[in-house]
Amino acid sequence: MISTRIWNALPGPALVRLLILLIVVAAVVLVLFEYVFPWISEYLALQETTVEET
Amino acid sequence: MLGRAPVLAYPGRTMTAPTAPPSQAERPPAPGRPERERLSVVGVIGELLILAGALLALFVLWQLFYTDVQGERAQREVVESLDWVEPDVVDGIQAGGQDGPATIPAELQFTDVDPPAMDYPDFTETFATMMVPRWGEDYIKPVSEGVTRADVLDPLGIGHYPDTALPGEVGNFAISGHRTTYGKPFADVSDLKVGDSLIIQTEDAWFVYSVEEWEIVRPTDVEVIAPDPYAPGEAPTERMITLTTCHPKFSAAERWIVHGSLDYWAPTGNGVPEELLEVPS
Repeated sequence: MISTRIWNALPGPALVRLLILLIVVAAVVLVLFEYVFPWISEYLALQETTVEET
Repeated sequence: MLGRAPVLAYPGRTMTAPTAPPSQAERPPAPGRPERERLSVVGVIGELLILAGALLALFVLWQLFYTDVQGERAQREVVESLDWVEPDVVDGIQAGGQDGPATIPAELQFTDVDPPAMDYPDFTETFATMMVPRWGEDYIKPVSEGVTRADVLDPLGIGHYPDTALPGEVGNFAISGHRTTYGKPFADVSDLKVGDSLIIQTEDAWFVYSVEEWEIVRPTDVEVIAPDPYAPGEAPTERMITLTTCHPKFSAAERWIVHGSLDYWAPTGNGVPEELLEVPS
């Protein structure tokens, strides 16, 4: 399992591993929120508010 | 990631949850482990599906909540950075206050003369603010040039359709904004009633419009932002305002359109429009 391998690859006791995971997850969420999701939403026409000719 | 679910690696050997103390009998220390367990295809697919579900949930969280937080903060900062906006207007005027700001006298309210000419704003330039008493006494949003999402509507809020009239001009001052997400400047568009005030301020003048009618149209019905939306193709005679936003909420299937016309304009520096102090019932 991928999650098991990641867990085993992390150094230190369980608490340290958990802390590392939390930091990594927070960094990933930040990148997603600030860069990836705004970029994706450009291509999802869910939020259009303007009238325009096609 | 997602290592909390107990995982069956081999029959008869259970990997315990990561927060549980590692059992020496079941899991030898990581360094120097003789062999790694085999990856099962179904297990990996399952883990990827869980990851995909988590990413989708994150996207929804971002779209519904985070863009609002970001948008509201950014639009507030834009309004506060405009040095021609009076601070007590930014803070929201307390209606019925004992020492409220002066209101514009009737002799300074113009209806049939052209307002002071302004330079056509650059793309993304914030050239006006919008106040709608129906949407709250503290409702004030910036109005910027352009209606592309990435440059104007998402970060700056309300956008002005290029080459439509400027505030107070004969023609149609057409603006667009989000009804959900990104600070949702037009969130309560369905609350507007005929006669409600739509107040625009630029550096030089106040413009008080009132709502005349609303309609729901298809996204391709561009005649709603025509110079005369009631008679598309003809030369405009009235000073109109048009709001466009999405409809239904959280959808892009149709557009909610509000038309209004100018009651009067007045030069800035002589108080605020009395309509700003009225809380509609």
